[in-house]
Parts: sequence; C-alpha cells; structure tokens
Amino acid sequence: MRKKVLLMGKSGSGKTSMRSIIFANYIARDTKRLGATIDVEQSYVRFLGNLVLNLWDCGGQEAFMEHYFTAQRDNIFRNVEVLIYVFDVESREFEKDIHYYQSCLESITQQSPHAKIFVLIHKMDLIREDQREAIFKAKEEELKNYSRPLDCHCFQSSIWDETLYKAWSQIVHKLILNAPQLEKNLHDFAEAIEADEILLFEKTTFLVVSHCLKKEHSDLQRFEKISNIIKQFKLSCSKCDTSFQSVEIKNGNYTIIIDLFTPNTYIMVIISDPRITPALTNYNIKYAQKHFENLETSQEQRT
Amino acid sequence: MSKMMSSSVIDQTSSLSISSQNILSNGTIVDFSVGSMPANYGYDESFSKEDDEEDSNEESSQFKPRILIMGLRKSGKTSIKNVVFHKMEPNETLLLDPTTKTNLEDISCCSFITFQVYDCSGQIDLFNDPTCDYIALLKGCGSLIFVIDAQDEDQYTDAISCLTQTIFKGYNINRGIKFEVFIHKVDGFPDEKKMDIYNEIQQRANEMLIQQDATESLIQKIYLNYHLTSIYDHSIFEAFSKVVHKLIPQHRQLERLLDFLCNSCGLERAFLFDVASKIFIASDCISPLDTQLYELCCDKIDLVLDISNIYAPKDVEGISADDSSYTCVKLNNELYLYMKQVDKFLAFVCVIRDEIFVENRGIMDYNLTLFKDSIKDILSAQKTVSQDQSVNNQNNTNSSEPDTSNMANNILGNL
Repeated sequence: MRKKVLLMGKSGSGKTSMRSIIFANYIARDTKRLGATIDVEQSYVRFLGNLVLNLWDCGGQEAFMEHYFTAQRDNIFRNVEVLIYVFDVESREFEKDIHYYQSCLESITQQSPHAKIFVLIHKMDLIREDQREAIFKAKEEELKNYSRPLDCHCFQSSIWDETLYKAWSQIVHKLILNAPQLEKNLHDFAEAIEADEILLFEKTTFLVVSHCLKKEHSDLQRFEKISNIIKQFKLSCSKCDTSFQSVEIKNGNYTIIIDLFTPNTYIMVIISDPRITPALTNYNIKYAQKHFENLETSQEQRT
Repeated sequence: MSKMMSSSVIDQTSSLSISSQNILSNGTIVDFSVGSMPANYGYDESFSKEDDEEDSNEESSQFKPRILIMGLRKSGKTSIKNVVFHKMEPNETLLLDPTTKTNLEDISCCSFITFQVYDCSGQIDLFNDPTCDYIALLKGCGSLIFVIDAQDEDQYTDAISCLTQTIFKGYNINRGIKFEVFIHKVDGFPDEKKMDIYNEIQQRANEMLIQQDATESLIQKIYLNYHLTSIYDHSIFEAFSKVVHKLIPQHRQLERLLDFLCNSCGLERAFLFDVASKIFIASDCISPLDTQLYELCCDKIDLVLDISNIYAPKDVEGISADDSSYTCVKLNNELYLYMKQVDKFLAFVCVIRDEIFVENRGIMDYNLTLFKDSIKDILSAQKTVSQDQSVNNQNNTNSSEPDTSNMANNILGNL
C-alpha cells in the first residue's frame, strides 16, 4: 500500500535533514553536509511491512516553488495522503512563507482534498528554552488561522533533540491502517503479562507506532526520548559493524526488556513487579510474537 | 567525613586520598607516594575559590593528584572538561564562553580517586602572571595535559613553543609530572592526515626541545605522551582514561583482578568504568585495547543511564548496585555486553560470547560478587590507611617501608 507524503517548505528550513535522520540513519551532525535539494527528490520507505511511504522532498528554492504551483501542479499535488509543511522558526520572511504555504493549501484543496496537513515549526533549538512554549503557541495560533477552513496539526521540532521523533511519530501514526486493532491487541498482551507499559517501535526508524499504558507515568515526553536514545545506540552499533538484538535491564525497581518482535517491529516491555523474572517475560514475548506476526501478515494480505 | 567540595557537579561522597597505599596479598602495607602536596599549599586567593573549604577539610584534600589542562586560547580545554566530566553534549560546547579565570574543580571520579582538574585560561600566560603561584601549582601536579588545536595550522609553532616552555618549567619544578599532549579537534581529518599531524607535531616538539638546550638524555627522562583526540567521538574519553590510569596507584591491581576474571569466566574483554564520566579505570590486559569495543561499552552505559533516568522512581538516582541487578545487551554478532554495577560510581562491563554466557552465567555472577568484594576491600583498606596517615602527619613522605616484596616492586614500576 503506497502513501504519498509531500514534504514542502522554504529552502533551508530543514526538510532533507529531517528526512535523513528519521529514515536514512543520519546523525544530527552529519546533516551539515547536505546540500540544497534540486527539484523533487522521491524516495520510497518501507514502514511496518505493508506500508510504503512515497516521500516527495520538494526543494524549497524560489524557482522550484513557483514551478510547483504552475507547471507541475497536477503532478505534485495529486493523490497526496499527507502534507508536511516546514517553517524555519528563525525565518525573517514570514509573509512570504505564509504566501507559499497558502498556495500549497490551495493546490491541496483542489487536487487532494482529503490530505492530512501537518505543520512543523522547526529549528526550535535556536530559541532560548524559556521562550519556546510561548513562541510555539503564538505561531500555532497564527498558522491555524491561516489554514482555515482546513485543519492542521502543528508540532515544534529540532534535529538536536527528541521533539523530531515526537512530530514524526504522530505523523506516521495517522498513516497506519490498523492502529486501533494493534492497540487493542497490545492492551490484551499487557494485561496477560502484567506489564506496566508496552511500546511498539517500527524497526528502522524507531518511531513509536503503538503503545499501551497500564500505570501512569509522569514524563510525557518519554516516547520520543526513548526513540532517540535507542536510535543513537543503534547508530553507534552500526559504526562498529554490528547491531543490537535485545536489551535487558533488571534492578530492584523495574525490569525493562527491548526485543525484536515481528519482522518489522521492536517491542519494549516495562514491568515493575519484582516477582516476574526476565526469563518469564522473554518467554511470554516469544509466545506472543506469532500472534502479532499473524496480525501483520493478514494486514498485508488485505492491502 | 565527606564534605561537598567546590563547584563539582558530581557528588563527592568519599574522602579517599591517593596516599598510594597498596595492600599486598601477604598483608604488608607499603607506602609509596605519588608526590602530591596538600591542596592548601600557599595558594593565591584569586586562584582557587575553595580555599576556605580546603583549609578546614585538609585531610581529604591532602593527597589528591592534580591534573592541569593547559594550552593556547580556544584550543578546547574547557570543552574537554565539560564533555568528559559534566556530560555536556559536544555541540553545546560551541556556546561556552572563553575562560578568563583559571578554574579549579574537584572531580569525584569513582571512589578510588578524587582528583582536581585545573582548567587554565589560555588568555593568561601562567608563568608570567604575578598573581599566580605556578610553582605550588606544578609541584602538586600529577599530570599536565597540553591541548593543541590540530585544525589551526598557523598556531602550531606558537603552541609547540608554549608546550616546550611549559615542559621545561614543569620538569624543573617537579620531576614527576607526566606530560600528555592532546592533539585535539582531529575529527574532521581522514586517518592518514591524522597520523601525519601526529608525527609532525611530535617531531617539531622534539626539535624545539633540543633547540632549547635539552640533551637527549633529558628528553628521555621527561615523560611525554601524545594522543589524538576529539570531543565528537570517544577518543577524548579514551585519552583521558589513559591519563587517569597513571594516577591511580591501584591500577595494576585492578588490571590483574580483571585479567583473572576474564580467564576464569571466558570473557572477551572486561572494563571497570566510572559511570558518570565514562572513563575506564581499568581493563584487562589479555589483548590490546580494541577501541570499537570500548565505544560500544560507552554507548551501552549511555543507553542504560538514559533509560534508567526515565523509569527510575523519583528518589533513586542512577543505577542500583545490588547483587541481582544487571544489564544485558545482545548484539547480532553473537556477543553479549553484560554490565553490573560494582558500587555507586563504578560499573563492571564485559564483552562475552553467546554460548559462553549462556553456559557460565551462574559462575560468572558468583565470580562477580567476589570481584565486588575485592574492590570493596581495596577501597576500605585505602580509607583506613589514609585516615591513619592524616592523623599522624600532614605531609606526604617519600619513604617506603623496608619490607618490600617483588610484587611491590612490580607495582611501583607500573605507577
């Protein structure tokens, strides 16, 4: 099942960097070497087995932008599932940015009226920490106004921390077909093995695709933090020509197991009951693997 | 008797000093000192903000070795200190202001060693500054790290002449100083270029030393070591680890303990890490240090610490050290990375093959409890001795007990 994702925004706003980090295993520092994208760069990313994301990274230089709204309009804006528009928070040409954004929205309304729209306020690391919330809220208000009557979801992001993962997790989550079913199954599984929390990650990008919470946790940013942490470790391992299969952390307060689950996902189980040994949890995970694999293949067969 | 010292971010909970007492297997206590002088040794007020605390806490500050970090302006000294000891992200160091005053910091690096790091301002010429008592500074110095910016080729000559000047002055004041040159900021260069720079700087430094009237025999006597480093990868941690090794008197003993453990449990590699700074205190000597494995272990510690911080209950910090806790990462090339906390600051990390791990898990855990106990013994012996000593005398003595066995001589030679 192919889903077309449009990535647009002014030149230098960070589209290609983001895409490289999430999907191409770049570390934030490596993105300095990226040059301006020429015209449209298409890439295909396999996600969760049955889903193929067809990413259209559209170069943001003015010459190209003008072209998109005229000669290439049909080609670019047709059949779009998701439009991701990136704003550089430090941009001095806000008027111009809005102008292009609205042209995009116009074209989308005409060609792909059902597309979901996401707006990323990017490069938030350049703003001082105490001012970030305020600035983000202000921009969000403005953009929601400009987007009417269409609905848009706004996120703040930066390639230097975990907010990037949060934004992209949400975006990708909307594209997954069987999300509710997955969550229900995960919930049943958590009940059965008495876990506090279970997270399901996609294998290559480590974005959280589903989660189930039995016990409340105070840190709401933990999903993206964990994505970030594990991804960094994964990248370090690949530098040493190896990759990790599983992680087991046990101490008096909790047991955490991260393991390969289905061919496309990793699972993370957090258990705080000290009587449940890691061996038992591992056994349970192996046992449940089959069931979840079947879920995935039946999904694939359907599409 | 542990009092918070200075602006150290890492909590200091032990008052251990490096009076360098080693407990030998036959129980003889031999005293060889490293040559550190008490910290409150005639220092200028403007130099160290912690003078008052130090005065009142004499015994604990007494035998701390000092590491000086020197170098030209903008060579990277403060960044190095922050990245290694304060867990700063490398890219955040770009926001650091230039150091105007020389900062003294007390680092509690595991419970073995508490040392002081002097981050010298590159803008002040230490030897010409009248307010600075550099003689006292250098007398108490265990290692002097000189940082050279490898990317700034124009400054090589200045840097090297400053280096040679420092070496001469330092050697004349304190013969025991170990000079370590960090050829820094080499992350941008390909490997060949790195070796070229390494050789070039080494050569030029030697030439300049000879120029300044140093004889061959003198050059042989001066302990001078070069390292290629960068804060953007693990090379800085490795280099710092090697520097710290030479300042820990029990280093050889720890290595032997690890060798023994490796042999008995069939481990590929074993490290004793300081969790906070990711410096490894000791590693086994069975094979030469494999940088990749070291990096993997460092990253693993990062992973575990970060995840633990998210899920730990509010009052618990870091990783717990009880016997049943462990962390295990399985890699897809049939290797396991196994980590067990030894005490609050130290972690034992080993690399072990799949099959062996599964078979010998029980034996290994048992051996590890023995290992933990040995380390605790070394620690507590150190403590009692230092307490005795501080009661008896205020200054270090350079004497060693007449009764020395071969083992003692070996250890002394490795210090």
